[in-house]
Amino acid sequence: MDRLIVSSSPHIRSARTTQKIMLDVIIALLPALVASAIIFGPRTLLLAGVSAAACVACEAAWEKFRKQPCTVSDLSAVVTGLLIAFNVPSGMPVWELVIGDMVAILIVKMLFGGLGCNFINPAMVGRTVLFLSFTADMTNYTIPKGAVDALSSATPLAVMGELSWSDFPELLLGVHGGVMGETCALALIAGGIYLVIRRVIKPIIPISYICSTLLFSWIFGGEQPVLSLFAGGLMLGAIFMATDYVTSPYTNKGKLIFGIGCGLLTAAIRIFSNSAGGVSFSILLMNLLVPYINGITMPKPLGGVSEK
Amino acid sequence: MSAVRLHGVRVPHMKNTAGLKPVRMDIPTVVTIPMSMHIGAPAEPVVKPGDTVMVGQPIAKAVGLVSSPVYASVSGTVKKVDDMLMSNGRFMKAVTIESDGKQDVWDQLKVPEINSFENFISAVKDSGVVGLGGAGFPTAVKLDIKDLSRIEAIIVNGAECEPYVTSDTRTMLDDAELVWEGAALLQKYLKAKRIVIAIENNKPECIKTFQKMCSGGSGIEVAVMPSIYPQGGEKVLIYNVLKKIVPEGKLPIDVGAIVINCTTLAAIARYIKTGMPLVEKCITVDGSAVKEPKNVIVPIGTPVSDLFEFCGGFKAEPKKILYGGPMMGIALPSLEYPIMKNNNAILAFDKKEAEAPEPTACIRCGTCIESCPLRLMPTEFAEAYEARDAERLGKLKVNLCMECGCCSYACPAKRPLVQTNRLAKAFLAADIAEKKAQAEKTGGEGAK
Repeated sequence: MDRLIVSSSPHIRSARTTQKIMLDVIIALLPALVASAIIFGPRTLLLAGVSAAACVACEAAWEKFRKQPCTVSDLSAVVTGLLIAFNVPSGMPVWELVIGDMVAILIVKMLFGGLGCNFINPAMVGRTVLFLSFTADMTNYTIPKGAVDALSSATPLAVMGELSWSDFPELLLGVHGGVMGETCALALIAGGIYLVIRRVIKPIIPISYICSTLLFSWIFGGEQPVLSLFAGGLMLGAIFMATDYVTSPYTNKGKLIFGIGCGLLTAAIRIFSNSAGGVSFSILLMNLLVPYINGITMPKPLGGVSEK
Repeated sequence: MSAVRLHGVRVPHMKNTAGLKPVRMDIPTVVTIPMSMHIGAPAEPVVKPGDTVMVGQPIAKAVGLVSSPVYASVSGTVKKVDDMLMSNGRFMKAVTIESDGKQDVWDQLKVPEINSFENFISAVKDSGVVGLGGAGFPTAVKLDIKDLSRIEAIIVNGAECEPYVTSDTRTMLDDAELVWEGAALLQKYLKAKRIVIAIENNKPECIKTFQKMCSGGSGIEVAVMPSIYPQGGEKVLIYNVLKKIVPEGKLPIDVGAIVINCTTLAAIARYIKTGMPLVEKCITVDGSAVKEPKNVIVPIGTPVSDLFEFCGGFKAEPKKILYGGPMMGIALPSLEYPIMKNNNAILAFDKKEAEAPEPTACIRCGTCIESCPLRLMPTEFAEAYEARDAERLGKLKVNLCMECGCCSYACPAKRPLVQTNRLAKAFLAADIAEKKAQAEKTGGEGAK
């Protein structure tokens, strides 16, 4: 008989792996990707593919350069790439998009130590860098074919006052201007439900984020607080970006605080400033607070006696 | 606070042997009985090579307050009394007996006479019974409560939450009478006001058996527990049955509770009824490499290799052999280890199941925190331990970790969290000891 393996208990492990979790996130993003291809045309597929490939290539190249084991098979770089692509308009030049990917993977993720070590969401930073560097291209919202009303002219957030409930179906289906992955609220919500069913995410952050955005928009006197939930990057941000494990708190209580914080900031930025980056900036700011939120929401150990 | 449900993980039950009545295998030719099959001071051998011993004859006596006597499990001749290498890497004295195959019972065995709490406790001590659920804490020490009015409830632990293991299930089905008699003894001599037999809901037949027995106004009740690992952990069970929290550094009795494993209780009842001390165990033999999984009754000291042989040998090459269940069991380096008092299963896994997955980076998903029944933060322990930050480890209460394995089991990055917790616990304990020694030293100097 060969040598026996002697290792520490437990000797069985759950079937869940990081790779399977990331694959579920990719699956959850697919409905919105398909929707964007229908709404804005097939170029969105090109952008998504290029962005994912660029992120994977950056990670692999970095690890090769640093002589570290290659980790691209965990698929986290694919998720980051897709999310960055989702945050650019369908007419975005490819080379600009790749710069966003490089910033996200090389600077935000790998420089800090790779998966799990970044303190802010890489895709969010990628998007923000693109937004500040190439503002014109990033806000050149492509207009869906066939749309002729107010919704087609710009992102609906800019024209909230002119909207009414009759525009709701268009908001839900996403046939209006915006970045490629954010417009179809229906597809994003479907993806979110899939993630909750697969227990990849808990609904706490998306629900508290969206509800508190509604509440604070209403308190701050924003125009059409309900309709505005379906406009801009809120659904994409609340479901896919704010729920990133690495940059959100551990516990349910922490997640609730995080979600409400995001909602408050988003409502405030949307109403008191005319910046189009409300969701991104809110999530980035809250990312920075995560260590503190974790600190104040530590679970109390069962039977633990505090030292005096 | 008390309304909160404790976390845990849903592990595959794998109770393949639950329906298999235990069978007796042929008496092994040689048994090796270690002197430490319990927590506390090792027993001291009272036999020497060449002595003839019979089943139930004492071969070692308890020394000190926390200890337990050891009895010959086969009749035959003592071959050796020397050191053996235990699975924890330490050497321990062990008595090796060559069996004559007759299993003659020691002629001086007698049914203990019991009429008071004191001689009940001494009978429990003489029975050689220790915590048979796995911990191996001498039962007499646990039950020797100075002020019996402190006992509010005794929980008979029939949770058996470890996958594969079914020896407690078989005790509850085949020796239900003994468990019941044991419970009655506890009622009588420990004046227990309430006795709760706690059984996980994946054992409906056991539940039915005891519910039928309880119906006659016996003062004994059955609690049906959800099958969430680690339901059978002492602190977890006390919380789930009695809604009481055992504080750090305290014992269950400090919240009025005693937890006793059902097989332990049956073993005590057997001794008090027949005078036969603990000399054999029902062992579940299972795992992906075992040809015919079985429940087997064997003399204590039987080599695990004999058990596997009795179960048809291996259908695949075994790559990992475990003492106990897969969540908390100990991996053995070879098949040359004996069955001990506190063993309830031996498992053999094939290559596919034996290999530990390669750990990847922590993605801070919080699953370990979500699965810890004691609400600890394993990922934070790992970070603090890496930084050798004793102060933070103390604040995070790594010392409370019971190594149940939920965090490692659930971790999607397959990180060896329990292993890190163990290292961190040892590191923290050493740090505290060192600080204490330093304080004493400087204190002593100050006094000069």
